[in-house]
Amino acid sequence: MTRADQTPLFAYSLRLADDALVLGHRLSEWCGHAPVLEEDLALGNIALDLIGQARSLYAYAGEVEGRGRDEDALAYRRDAGEYRNILLVEQPNGDFAVTILRQLLYAGFAHPFFEALTTSKDATLAAIAAKSAKELAYHVRHAGEWTIRLGDGTQESHRRAQDALEELWPYTGEMFESDDVERALIDTGVTVDRAGIRPQWRRTLDPIFAEADLQLPSGEWMHSGGRAGRHSEHLGHILAELQFLQRAYPDARW
Amino acid sequence: MVIAVQAMTETSSDSELRSRAWAAAAAVVDPEIPVLTVVDLGVLRDVRVENGAVEVVITPTYSGCPAMDMIALEVELALERAGFRAPKVTRVLSPAWTTDWISQEGKEKLARFGIAPPKAKAGRRALFGEERVKCPRCGSDETSRISEFGSTPCKALYRCTACAEPFDYFKCI
Repeated sequence: MTRADQTPLFAYSLRLADDALVLGHRLSEWCGHAPVLEEDLALGNIALDLIGQARSLYAYAGEVEGRGRDEDALAYRRDAGEYRNILLVEQPNGDFAVTILRQLLYAGFAHPFFEALTTSKDATLAAIAAKSAKELAYHVRHAGEWTIRLGDGTQESHRRAQDALEELWPYTGEMFESDDVERALIDTGVTVDRAGIRPQWRRTLDPIFAEADLQLPSGEWMHSGGRAGRHSEHLGHILAELQFLQRAYPDARW
Repeated sequence: MVIAVQAMTETSSDSELRSRAWAAAAAVVDPEIPVLTVVDLGVLRDVRVENGAVEVVITPTYSGCPAMDMIALEVELALERAGFRAPKVTRVLSPAWTTDWISQEGKEKLARFGIAPPKAKAGRRALFGEERVKCPRCGSDETSRISEFGSTPCKALYRCTACAEPFDYFKCI
């Protein structure tokens, strides 16, 4: 654990930023590869929203840290072990169903979460949350409509959607975990308890899964470790591409 | 030029400078929707002048909107052209931008440009309700959404079933 990790507000802003950046990067990988042009545009636009949210959060984390690291330094100059994103967002895109289900599971949480965070006593976090929540509302609708189309579509699309849900479900537990860093901030009103978002998350998801004819997996075992820097092998590959330019040509500028 | 600027800053009060700075910044247009100025869009939030130093406050439409960097640069250049030295452009996130801030004139310009303007007051109902969007070309209500996301984050892609034309809709946020 680095010293900076002991500043809860810095650590916390960084977590939120890492979640948004890694998912945004994942979605950007679809650019030029989506099944139809409209989806290429949609996934690219959602990636832009998420990367924009990440930029605001990194800039704030750097300011809070006060050691001169800006948004680029935080995104491009930390190795996988220093990233604090949840494991869900780094999972590979898989087929279109995996991408859409990952999107629904994340946005279905992030939308009510950021709405709740607008009441934060920290004015900057509240402002970023208000901005993000509006954007995430569209992400939920996009992923929800596709989940229904896939789940309630052909036999093949249904099978793929159900497989995607089974594969990703064990990564959802981490979204609701809180540790000492977060509890300190919950106590002071800087953030909200993630566990409290679960009922809203289910209220969004359950009717979509019902209409899509998808069965919720029954397993209760959940992956964990992202917040402590223990990642799946995938994150290193993401960073190899995301950070290549700054690693190969440090301080390169447009 | 430089001499003229010095003369201007020495003889003008901050409030005169402010209106000049506002006029310069207000003429900047959105690089992706060039019929709209930053005032039409509601992106220009404030202009402050203190002891001759100018600061312009803008707010992004969407967190990741790539046009923002361009707008910030254009505002800076416009102010420099108007004689202000080292103008400062500050971005604020709060209060979060909403399509409600697009002026009536802006909405009319959008429609003439071929983009259906945002309809309702932004809010949950606008987000999740069924939106009846009027075709900006033929005016028909018989339209349907093709995709939630269009050529930029702020727009959705629609088609008109009456005149068969596809069009962009500036979605409520």
